[in-house]
Amino acid sequence: MVKLQYRNRIELLQGTLDLMILQTLQWGAQHGYGISLAIRNRSGEILQVDTGSLYPALHRLEKQKWVAAEWRVSENKQRAKYYRLTAAGKRQLAQERSRWQQLTEAIAGVLDHSGKETES
Amino acid sequence: MSLDWFNRKRRSKELNEELESHLAMATEDRWQRGEPQIAAAKAARREMGNFLLIREVTQEMWGGHWWRDLLEDVQYGLRMLWKNPRFLAVAVLTLTLGIGANTALFSIVNGVLLNPLPYPHSEELVTLHESKPNFSTGSISFPNFLDWQKDNRTFSLMAVQRRTSFILTGLGEAEQVDAQLVSSDFFRQLGVVPVIGRDFASGEDRVGAAPVAMITAGLWKRRLGSASDVIGKSLTLDGKAYTIIGVVPANFDLLGTMRSRELFVPVGQWSNPLLMNRAAGLGFHGIGRLKPGVTVAEARADLERVTRNLAETYPDSDKGIGAALIPLRERVLGQAEPFLLLLFGAVGFVLLIACVNVANLLMARSTGRAHEFAIRTALGAGRGRILRQLLTESVLLSAIGGGLGVSLAALATRAALRVLPETLPRAAEVGIDARVLAFAAGISLLAGVCFGLLPALKISKSGAPTALKEGGRGNIGTRHRLQRALVAAEMALALILLVGAGLMIRTLAALWNVNPGFEPKNVLTFGFALPSTMIQANVDSVRAALREVHDKFATTPGVQAVSFSWGAVPLSSDDEWLFWIDGQPKPENDNDMNWALNYVVEPDYLRVMGIPLKSGRFFTSQDDERGQKVAVIDQALADKFFPGSDPVGKRLHLNTGQLVEIVGVVGHVKQWSLDADQKESLQAQLYTPFMQLPDKAMAQSASGIGVLVRSQNSASVFESLRRASTEMSSQQVVFGAQSMKEIIANSLSDRRFSMILLGIFAGVALVLASVGIYGVISYVVGQRTQEIGVRIAMGAQRSEVVRLVLRQGLAMAALGAGIGLAAALPLTRFMQSLLFAISAADPLTYFSVVALLLGVSIAACWIPAHRAARMNPVDALRYE
Repeated sequence: MVKLQYRNRIELLQGTLDLMILQTLQWGAQHGYGISLAIRNRSGEILQVDTGSLYPALHRLEKQKWVAAEWRVSENKQRAKYYRLTAAGKRQLAQERSRWQQLTEAIAGVLDHSGKETES
Repeated sequence: MSLDWFNRKRRSKELNEELESHLAMATEDRWQRGEPQIAAAKAARREMGNFLLIREVTQEMWGGHWWRDLLEDVQYGLRMLWKNPRFLAVAVLTLTLGIGANTALFSIVNGVLLNPLPYPHSEELVTLHESKPNFSTGSISFPNFLDWQKDNRTFSLMAVQRRTSFILTGLGEAEQVDAQLVSSDFFRQLGVVPVIGRDFASGEDRVGAAPVAMITAGLWKRRLGSASDVIGKSLTLDGKAYTIIGVVPANFDLLGTMRSRELFVPVGQWSNPLLMNRAAGLGFHGIGRLKPGVTVAEARADLERVTRNLAETYPDSDKGIGAALIPLRERVLGQAEPFLLLLFGAVGFVLLIACVNVANLLMARSTGRAHEFAIRTALGAGRGRILRQLLTESVLLSAIGGGLGVSLAALATRAALRVLPETLPRAAEVGIDARVLAFAAGISLLAGVCFGLLPALKISKSGAPTALKEGGRGNIGTRHRLQRALVAAEMALALILLVGAGLMIRTLAALWNVNPGFEPKNVLTFGFALPSTMIQANVDSVRAALREVHDKFATTPGVQAVSFSWGAVPLSSDDEWLFWIDGQPKPENDNDMNWALNYVVEPDYLRVMGIPLKSGRFFTSQDDERGQKVAVIDQALADKFFPGSDPVGKRLHLNTGQLVEIVGVVGHVKQWSLDADQKESLQAQLYTPFMQLPDKAMAQSASGIGVLVRSQNSASVFESLRRASTEMSSQQVVFGAQSMKEIIANSLSDRRFSMILLGIFAGVALVLASVGIYGVISYVVGQRTQEIGVRIAMGAQRSEVVRLVLRQGLAMAALGAGIGLAAALPLTRFMQSLLFAISAADPLTYFSVVALLLGVSIAACWIPAHRAARMNPVDALRYE
């Protein structure tokens, strides 16, 4: 079962998960489960973040000091570890976003161009 | 470091909590969406995936010191090993055998060959012998030795020594004590310093010197309570008073050759009348210490000069006699060295096979773990990281195997040294020391890296994408050829060794069934000596005393028959008399006389030994010192010297001076050995009555004769006899009890040793071969999971699957057995001399061994075959 999930999942480019996490945290501090829900909802249920990728990523970001964590009690009275964006994280997010922009524009350019060529 | 450690512990706990809270929230959500609580929890956990693995990879993000990574690798490795106990058991067993065998042999090689001899400047020590026409290392006569000692220029010291025994009296119950006759410089040249007292002074070893003795710390403690005032005390040996002058250290032993000695007495005290006869070697061998800087060749030339001069001076006794010098180390270890090194090579090969086996097992396991590594790779673990994890696991395996192997080696060497104490020099010095432990640790680490590296490289190379999509399936055929060849080779080796062990077992069984000409069951032999005051007594009182002892023994409860014995004892010791037949001219010299083994026994001897009487009569109590001198001969003597005529009534002249009349003929007894008795030229056997022993011999018999007893129970009757003897006089000595069964067992000890050795090697080879075949078949089944799944899905019967797998295993085993058979047939021919009553190509042995090997192979393939057959086809098809 687990293995099949891996197949059907859209594989994320290296670094995209970091970008999405940072972006999600821009709207406020959130715990790991909340982050995975947010990404799933906003992607229209297409992107399912694997727990085995999410937590290594969170801890990596924490180590790089782009996010900071603290324990809080959630609205459901559940103790959880909340991550929030740091100032360095905000700068990183801005950088990553612009790089992502460039990348998608570049790819779109390639796709459009080749589309025109086949049309002509 | 400790702060860091606690910090990490805390973070690890926190991570657990974080993941638990994730799980709780996911469950809660599902529950609120209307899923039943239990199903919700299950689904959430499934969605989350492998908790341990997630924790593991997340923790990797923290980074850290190498030792922390190592510790985590070790923890994780142990968990992974523990998850598969069957793999763990088989791999550890294999490594324990391999490392254990190597450690055991290394501890022997270390103790015997590598450790320096326990004497200062031991390289200066050489053994000394006379070279004679028939003996390259013959014994040295004492007068010659004294001249060597006086005339040489290359030795700082030299000494001779020889084994003997004394009856020790005056310290409670009398007993027989093993002793060594030595010349004065014996201890000094070895650098042995007495615990208390002094060493023998020069001149104290001459004939006529005051009787002095040194005792070992063992005897000092055993009989004298380690009293510090023992020096100067008197000790009665064979009825003569000796002054104790020193105590030899407890651990003294000349490289395993003098372990049992408790007394050291100067050569000159020996009562042997031939001691000062220059032509009599008498079993003395020498040890000398070269002067510093002198080579063995120089010393050899020097003694050559000395012996040449002696040959000129004493041509009658010394013509053709030279000196032989052999470095002490070579003399003691020369025979053991090549044998031990050969064995060491053999066990090295065993370890190699063990490594190949474990590598195969790891490969088999890796198919099941490809997914685990794929995930780790996908999550960013580098190839080096995975490689390190795998190597950690394999070194862990070999460390466990090494630890158990050292324990096994300690037990095995102790057991082995008990079995063969006499065969191996310096056996007492063998043990597990720091060097052995370092060796074991070294080979364990090396083995772990060796068998771990190849599979690890293979697994870590097949990175995420291939592993995820293909499940590691590859071109099966070529990759397995090497593994199969190795397993076939292991099988062949096991077969050869099994055949060897089988042939030895059959030989020993056949030998035990050989009729030795007497009935060995329930026969006990031991030595007996009268009180030492009788040693100088007249012959009649010796006879009277022995008669009394005989009657006492004969009436001891449990004794069925008893006979004193002098001379030869079958399969134990031999003694010959010369004779010529009455009526024929007396031969010119001894060499032209006839030889016969002589057994001087009492009337009940035939009952004790169960030897059949062929014709005439055996001795009666009337055949005593007053009666007419009589003798009984065996069938062999009768056939050789009286062919076609009745020997009874014929008379023989013995070289003892007696003229005896033959009164009976008894069956031939195997004197020399159970198997090769016929090959010895001396077969004739002559029995004479004990009470008719010539006076001189009778007087000597006070200091020691043999006793043979038939009883219901040899073990308990000896205790009764010993008590009976002590009741008569506490100064009488009963010693060296041995049952005839033990004597026969000893005569087979060489063969038994070969059998045990071959048996152990065959057992190890068989275990390794079955592990090998198990590993390869498991691997193959793992690789063919999908194929087997398809077969089952298509309707193949489970039994067909089992047969399919077993057939593969059997093909390998049969190939190995075939090669083994082809090799065993010519190889076992070298064993022919060890075999008895069966041929080296004994069909029963070969058939049983092949059946055993194939049976074990089937058993080894059974587990993977059944695993394959039980497979759920749906899982198998998804199995990637």
